[in-house]
Amino acid sequence: MNASVGVITFPGSLDDLDSRRALDAAGLSAQPVWHASDSLDGVDAVLVPGGFSYGDYLRCGAIARFAPIMSEVIAAAGQGMPVLGICNGFQILCESHLLPGALTRNESLHYVCRDQWLRVDNSRTAWTNSYDESQEILIPIKHGEGRYVADDATLDQLETDGRVVVRYIGGNPNGSFRDIAGICNESGNVVGLMPHPEHAIDPLTGAPGTDGRGFFESVLNSLVGSGGLR
Amino acid sequence: MTRVVVDVMLKPEILDPEGRAIQAALARLGLEGVADVRQGKRFEITLDGPVEAERAAAVDRLAAELLANPVIEDYTLRLENEQ
Repeated sequence: MNASVGVITFPGSLDDLDSRRALDAAGLSAQPVWHASDSLDGVDAVLVPGGFSYGDYLRCGAIARFAPIMSEVIAAAGQGMPVLGICNGFQILCESHLLPGALTRNESLHYVCRDQWLRVDNSRTAWTNSYDESQEILIPIKHGEGRYVADDATLDQLETDGRVVVRYIGGNPNGSFRDIAGICNESGNVVGLMPHPEHAIDPLTGAPGTDGRGFFESVLNSLVGSGGLR
Repeated sequence: MTRVVVDVMLKPEILDPEGRAIQAALARLGLEGVADVRQGKRFEITLDGPVEAERAAAVDRLAAELLANPVIEDYTLRLENEQ
């Protein structure tokens, strides 16, 4: 029994290979999925990786949202399949309305690329259950459009429901409302975040260490534990 | 031919850091009294033939679905008739 996670590659995706490597390293079986495919080929979960899908034309993620594979992802997410969006993947999930709000240009106008401390504010999601509640983790960020915005009612709802999954600590890198780095949907199977856990899984690449492994170990837990394997 | 012009602007409550940078540049270049600058996008969609109600409704729907993100942006749409 091997839990498989489909990693979608759009034209302009960058972090699909690192994401597949991180999933494999956690004991999952990463499956490449092409954006033009209309089938998820029986995978148990989906990862929408970072990069610049369609060159970030129009808005980040706006065109990727209409790729054929996204209809499948949206349908599967609605049925409870774990879906993780990292960076551009988070932007795509917001554009797809799987997650509320939007990611806009960093307040500073600068592209930020640095190691960033985060606090795990919800360790009950499909992608964060291997962390401790309020655990602090060091994960790289690299984005120009990572400022999370939503109206006050949406932000209050996210806070009330505990759907802010990870929050920036030790400084807000992009002006995100309420220091939000990542959120989840109501059932916690869909998670999106700007930081890149897939770049923090191997001591070989030095700082920031291996704090990112938890995201991939978590989905293995939730697939194996819940009998969510197909 | 009919041209449909769609203007997309960030909602007033959404910070526009690019507009802010342009505002600073205008001031540096000597323009006095720049109170605010907002940057937006303009789409010119040229359609064959006249635009009947059905196609106008389709453009409006797609403006809200693709051209603008209603979470952060407002849009306006108008028809310009051409030869």
